[in-house]
Amino acid sequence: MTAPTHGTLTLEPNIKDPDGFYAELLAAHEGLSREDSEALNARLVLILANHVGDRDTIRAALEAALPER
Amino acid sequence: MTKIFETPLYPYQRSADQDAETPVRHPVVVLGAGPVGLAAAIDLAQADIPVVVLDENDKVSWGSRAICFAKRPLEILDRLGCGDEMVDKGVVWNLGKVFFDERKVYDFNLLPEDGHKRPAFINLQQYYLEQYLVDRVRALQADGKAIELRGGNKVTAVKPDDTSVRLTVETPDGPYLMDADWLIACDGAGSPTRTMLGLDFQGRVFEDNFLIADVVMKADFPTERWFWFDPPFNKGQSALLHKQPDDVWRIDLQLGWDIDREAEKDPEKIAPKLKAMLGEEADYEFEWVSIYTFQCRRMEKFRHGRVVFAGDAAHQVSPFGARGANSGFQDTDNLIWKLKLVIDGTAPDTLLDSYDDERVYAADENILNSSRSTDFITPKSHASRVFRDAVLDLAEHHAFARPLVNSGRLSLPAIYDGSPLNGADATGLPARARPGAPASDAPIGGDWLIDRLGGGFQLVTIDAQAPDTLDVDGIPVTRLALSAKDDPSGALAERYLGSAPSAVYLMRPDQHVAARWHAFDADAVAAAVKTATAQA
Repeated sequence: MTAPTHGTLTLEPNIKDPDGFYAELLAAHEGLSREDSEALNARLVLILANHVGDRDTIRAALEAALPER
Repeated sequence: MTKIFETPLYPYQRSADQDAETPVRHPVVVLGAGPVGLAAAIDLAQADIPVVVLDENDKVSWGSRAICFAKRPLEILDRLGCGDEMVDKGVVWNLGKVFFDERKVYDFNLLPEDGHKRPAFINLQQYYLEQYLVDRVRALQADGKAIELRGGNKVTAVKPDDTSVRLTVETPDGPYLMDADWLIACDGAGSPTRTMLGLDFQGRVFEDNFLIADVVMKADFPTERWFWFDPPFNKGQSALLHKQPDDVWRIDLQLGWDIDREAEKDPEKIAPKLKAMLGEEADYEFEWVSIYTFQCRRMEKFRHGRVVFAGDAAHQVSPFGARGANSGFQDTDNLIWKLKLVIDGTAPDTLLDSYDDERVYAADENILNSSRSTDFITPKSHASRVFRDAVLDLAEHHAFARPLVNSGRLSLPAIYDGSPLNGADATGLPARARPGAPASDAPIGGDWLIDRLGGGFQLVTIDAQAPDTLDVDGIPVTRLALSAKDDPSGALAERYLGSAPSAVYLMRPDQHVAARWHAFDADAVAAAVKTATAQA
């Protein structure tokens, strides 16, 4: 087994006011249908991925997000 | 009016081969008089190799079929002596619009790079392209070249051995036998040659149907490519509108998988969709309607001894990105110079294995690109549809999402990185002109670089010295002496020098870079010619 490489992906706490961020994330979904929520999440993923830009970092994030096997 | 695709251009005529006591042997036989087979034959005739083309039909193809021809194939057609006819007749376009549901989400301009003789793309019906290729065959015949086009000749058996290929050919006068030193199979996606030889054709089937309609319409529509994702008139599917010469418009409508194919071809059923696309007042008539489904697949190897496959016979892609006919021209461009050297005895027959190396690599690139376009256009899972729609929604407002919209990617030539024919590379020269890359055009003193290249090995010197001619064990190399000053626009320097003061490029007969240096060195050039001809 080789240790997973995370490139420049930060998996340590990095968000100030975590409870505030979490509330904002949920507020954005407030009142949306399941379908609209799903679409919002997809747009958010694309916007954030573009902001990160670096392919290795995005790939590391994808790996970190995959369910444990 | 009689259309060109209704006129027999090479009707059956009895040939002397049919009356010969023993089968007549030919250096090269090409199967299939489609775009790829004709290009192969013209290339051979220009190289003074006698060639016979066999086709069971006698006309150009019915309906527009392949309509987008990209810059690199146009450059190849220039080398084959018929690029001007294509470009003069074709429709040049740069602008595209993308619609999602009822909204236009963005428009784009291909903005082709300056300093190229040929545009990024032209639209031209396949029947015109084939007609101009047949015209070129006739012109070569008038010049005394040994190029023969036999219509009404259907090959019913192919038997290769170590030294030749025996063909059984069915004609209106009955069957005859002929032998070929080399057989080039350009007999299309359903290649009977492939089937007769029992060869594989593996890949991925896309479960979808598309309706193509060519309509003749006098309309003030702009010369643009319009692509609809999920439009109101074709809910849940896609649609495409594209202009061809003679007021013919290509319309593609995605239909889905579980459909009644015959019912969908009914003009009554198509009309409401067209009215929604073109406007209620649109006045049109149908020229051609067809329904197609497609696959992305290729043969494991394109060369099988003395039988070589090219074009759709060797590989098939989805139509998105115009990579079918375009890649077929690049196949024969790659193959014919190698076959010429092998026939002339100046290179070993293993040189033909590099056709596999290079064109299988290119086919994989084309299959990858066209599969990705298809997956975007027709999402195969719930998640892929959610992301596709998210990309389209974002594209309307944010530039970042537009490069993710994939309604077909511009067909670009493969760069043969890792090819066994690639020789030395020199540090500091531009990456786009590295060994394996096709030549980039540039304006040089009222002429075009691309028109000065091809047909043989060349040493392109830019502000560097070299002998005017070289001979590497029977392979001639001629010099093309250039200076950065030949191109005041700076394109030549930008594309071939970068910040270097001089460069020497060894170009292959197919206008790809074989090797490059900062200055001439006779031993290095000889070694690179050996490498590029499988003699290293």
